[in-house]
Amino acid sequence: MRKRRTSLLALPFTIYALIFIAAPLLLIVVYSFCVSPQNGVTLTLEHYKKFFDFSNPVYLQVLWRSIYIAVISTAICLLLGYPMAYILSKLRPGLRQVLSVLFVLPMWMNFLLRTYSWMSLLEKTGLINSFLEAINLPAFNIMYTQWAIVLGNVYNFLPFMILPIYNVLIKIDQSVIEAAQDLGADSMKVFGRVILPLSLGGVASGISMTFMPAVTTFVISKLLGGGQNALIGDLIEKQFKTTGNWGFGSAMSVIIMVLILLAMNFTSSYEKDREEGGQLL
Amino acid sequence: MKFFKRLSYVYSVLIFLFLYAPIVVLIVYSFNSEKSRAKWGGLTLDWYRALFSNSEIMRALSTTVTIALLSSVIAVVIGTMAAVGIYNMRRRSKMAVMSLAYLPMLNADIVTGVSLLLIFSALGLRLGYFTLLLAHVTFNIPYVILSVMPKLKQLDPNLYEAAQDLGAPPATAFFRVVMPEISPGIVTGFLLAFTMSIDDFVISFFTTGSGVSTLSIMIYSMARRGIKPEINALSAIMFIVVLSLLLIINLRSANDAKRSDSRPVSAGARASSR
Repeated sequence: MRKRRTSLLALPFTIYALIFIAAPLLLIVVYSFCVSPQNGVTLTLEHYKKFFDFSNPVYLQVLWRSIYIAVISTAICLLLGYPMAYILSKLRPGLRQVLSVLFVLPMWMNFLLRTYSWMSLLEKTGLINSFLEAINLPAFNIMYTQWAIVLGNVYNFLPFMILPIYNVLIKIDQSVIEAAQDLGADSMKVFGRVILPLSLGGVASGISMTFMPAVTTFVISKLLGGGQNALIGDLIEKQFKTTGNWGFGSAMSVIIMVLILLAMNFTSSYEKDREEGGQLL
Repeated sequence: MKFFKRLSYVYSVLIFLFLYAPIVVLIVYSFNSEKSRAKWGGLTLDWYRALFSNSEIMRALSTTVTIALLSSVIAVVIGTMAAVGIYNMRRRSKMAVMSLAYLPMLNADIVTGVSLLLIFSALGLRLGYFTLLLAHVTFNIPYVILSVMPKLKQLDPNLYEAAQDLGAPPATAFFRVVMPEISPGIVTGFLLAFTMSIDDFVISFFTTGSGVSTLSIMIYSMARRGIKPEINALSAIMFIVVLSLLLIINLRSANDAKRSDSRPVSAGARASSR
């Protein structure tokens, strides 16, 4: 009886969450099926038809570009991040504690400012090019291309790849590795057969933590990608902030939600211990 | 083996360079006497002086800080109550409420922002400070719940009953016995919520109205036409403050016996994932 009464403490949250978490998501779905929801509701598939119009695939192209850039960014994060996490995990505990804090530290500087700072580095007359010019190397012009967006993504989300992998690697029982060595495995084999499989959970959460922000970003694409490399996030932002076509914006939000759910479903089969992942999240 | 060691050393230095280059650039430019970022005109502290007399920046700073403080305090109250309540629920309802709490964390920020915009307009709320606050409370509560929950699980359930057997009324038993045990979780939750709130751009962008900007929103609107050097100065100051806070926290937790060595890091990591 007492327990039942204590559980009522969750009531304010439950009400709050129903109004501001559950209802808004429902509203997105409802709006995505409505024409001009402001004055009178008419059900329609118009917005989805517009998006998936194969005869005029402008929106599909944007979606494809967003996925393509996010996949490449995630892959580069993994390629750069795994070795770094591995190196970190091999250090002695005191040192790796300090170094892993140093990895987090850049993220405390405003995300927009850091991205903006890349603009001064990458510009035609920016620092990198001045430096290349000084040592007589050809200029490096990626500003306002898809590669600038990839760079921005990798820069901003690399720590989200490194940390989950690192957290899994330091928890691997050393005796398992020693056992493999005692049984005659060389270091390549120990890595390929023992360490790598045991770290896949971290890789999976790293992938979902990088892919999701990368595929939905509109800040990075706007600052580094210029006008012609709009991503799906830019389209959604535009519908709500300038065009005012909330129904179409909602439809694209639903599409992106489904996309993320599919991607998460794919990676979560590797994340056995949800609890651990939850902590990191 | 020695080769690998050297290689991994070089590799780490390169990665650190990559991560810190833009930050160093920002801090260096905050001392640049030229207004444009294309030229270097010599050292100056003018931007630091100008910063404090720039009323637009100061207003955005105060909005950012007050929203962060208010929303994390509200989130701590609602979230802690929720955690205790959920902990005492039966399995089925526990699962239901917990997945509700997880939702904002699983959703992309842009979807959360847009969905809140829709509900605010459906409820007829005018976008501004109040809606901004509601939005921040919404995404902050889950972090509090998820920080307090593990502490409740570690708690010995007999303690609370023992206190009551010794004659303490339920409220007294809670505040004298349970609270001290879960307070580290509450503090972690508060700090997480506070940093999430300071750091947020996307959700604020969709849920605020004209005239009310946080620092992030102001920086975004400036970015296209060029960021004022005062902002560089402000961010340099904030960076140094965070650096010293992190150092203090880490030194303290290092002395604080050997807790699992990933805790402060993972807390910070999530803090910026939005």
